Amino acid sequence: MLIIAERINGMFTDVKRAIMDKDKKVIQDLAKKQTDAGASYLDVNVGTAAADQEGTIQWLVESIQETCSTPLCLDSQKPDVIAAGLKVLNAGNGGLLNSTPLNKKNDDEILDRFIEMATQAGPKVGVIALTMDKNGVPQDTDNRVAIAAEIVSKAMEKGFDTQRLFIDPIVLPVKVPNAQVQPTNILNAMDQIKYLCDPAPHMTVGLSNLSQGTNQRSLINRVFLAMAMSHGLDSAIADTFDEDLMNIVATSEMLMNKQIYSDSFLKVYAS
Amino acid sequence: MPVPQVVESFAGSVNRVTLGATKDDGGTRNSTVTVGGAKNVVYGGSAEDAGETPVVAMDVLDSKPTDWPDALIEPYKDVIDSPADWAKKCVEEFGAEMICIKFEGIHPDKGDKDADHAVKVTEDVLKAVAVPLVLWGCGNDEKDNQVMPKVSGAAKGEKCLIGAVTEDNYKSLTAIALADGHFLITQAPLDINIAKQVNILASDMGFPLERIVTFQSTGALGYGIEYAYSIQERQRLAALAGDKMMAMPAICDVGYEAWRAKEAKLEDAPGWGGAADRGPMWETATATCLLQAGVDIIRMRHPRAVATVKNFIDQVWKSNS
Repeated sequence: MLIIAERINGMFTDVKRAIMDKDKKVIQDLAKKQTDAGASYLDVNVGTAAADQEGTIQWLVESIQETCSTPLCLDSQKPDVIAAGLKVLNAGNGGLLNSTPLNKKNDDEILDRFIEMATQAGPKVGVIALTMDKNGVPQDTDNRVAIAAEIVSKAMEKGFDTQRLFIDPIVLPVKVPNAQVQPTNILNAMDQIKYLCDPAPHMTVGLSNLSQGTNQRSLINRVFLAMAMSHGLDSAIADTFDEDLMNIVATSEMLMNKQIYSDSFLKVYAS
Repeated sequence: MPVPQVVESFAGSVNRVTLGATKDDGGTRNSTVTVGGAKNVVYGGSAEDAGETPVVAMDVLDSKPTDWPDALIEPYKDVIDSPADWAKKCVEEFGAEMICIKFEGIHPDKGDKDADHAVKVTEDVLKAVAVPLVLWGCGNDEKDNQVMPKVSGAAKGEKCLIGAVTEDNYKSLTAIALADGHFLITQAPLDINIAKQVNILASDMGFPLERIVTFQSTGALGYGIEYAYSIQERQRLAALAGDKMMAMPAICDVGYEAWRAKEAKLEDAPGWGGAADRGPMWETATATCLLQAGVDIIRMRHPRAVATVKNFIDQVWKSNS
């Protein structure tokens, strides 16, 4: 299970302040703590903290890389911001470009551009692609799978290894009216997405989005993560500081026989 | 029609371990032995994926064996009272790449010999042969904790493989093996979960995982070999999947287990063929089977079995390279 740690995001007030004050230490500290907590990747998202998104993502990437070699997940809807981040990314450590839809009303080729950027960056850089197209986010299972199939076939067409492809079936806040059916739709979609190619694409979700606005955030995130792992989820953008969540990842992997049980299985997984 | 490529590749590999210290390395050995490094299952993948060639460590007991059948005593009858001469014979005549000193005689029920005896045997064998050594306790926790730290000290800096530590008794030998620069054998009773746990416990004491060799316990042909086989196989697959706590090379004890089988040692069994051949064949069959599951070091006893198994290893591994 690859956990992409979510905290270096300008939407969080401490990160926003650090960006405004150009305070590297806060960012470097978060990078280290999330790595120690078991992060496989560190998400890097400028958020709304700065007008100059390209310059800011570069500052974030460079600041993190000064003290930490955990691969980074460059997070922006804008290809130009991703491209700016890529210029300074140490791609030899690996990396992810997060994220692109299949296409957009005003940009039919956005997925192609993400795949090209990842290809140019080197063999260890992957792409997170959302099951979303010019019509928006599908609300049902079938359209999610159909879009995922188009994403996979585009990747194959461009000779992009599907093991570098992460499909995100888009988790919506469960509290939004009529959204309670979505978790089940997502699980059903994942059951099908994993058969789209062999080897299967990775699957990821922005986990914390599910519990937005609820008063049981951690519990909802934890339970859904365990459910989704049993449907083939092998990656998530999540809160590595939630120790119980990380323990659930370790336990799920053990229960699915992906890790050999030992009495110290929780500790070993974290390390 | 083209034949599809069906070779699987894996992300992980078995750790490479080099046993024995030469003069340049602070020891007195003339040769070292490197095992591990496999990136696939046995027979799987390309020749490079096979890793290092497995080796045979021949058993030398610290005291004259009391329960060995004649067929096993025969090749050693002139040296059986002297571990040093015995070891020399194994290396010079039978081509042993390693010697395993099994300290059977220190067991309270099998002679109860003291640490001075064990230290002397260790020193004598170190002088007599220049191959890397395995130093293996008697299995009685209390006695091993008294004697094996001294044995470790007597071979300090020689990069021996010493053991075996278990889930319930690992602290003193792990600490001393670390201090004396040896490699450690972690033992489990045919239980993959405990095997992983012992490795974690040793690692928690600061012992480097790269200096551990696992012993899952061995079952001979007809006596649980299928359990040993499937555990060795599972260990290899876990290593290939990237489980750092299971990525160690493996040792097994074929000599002792095979010669415990009545089929190997019973003299008076006309329907089973001659006793002189049966034992070596039993030992050979057990060894070749476990080698195919992914074992890296095989402890063996009868020289004819050793010769056949070395020939098998040459054919399977070296013909690859």
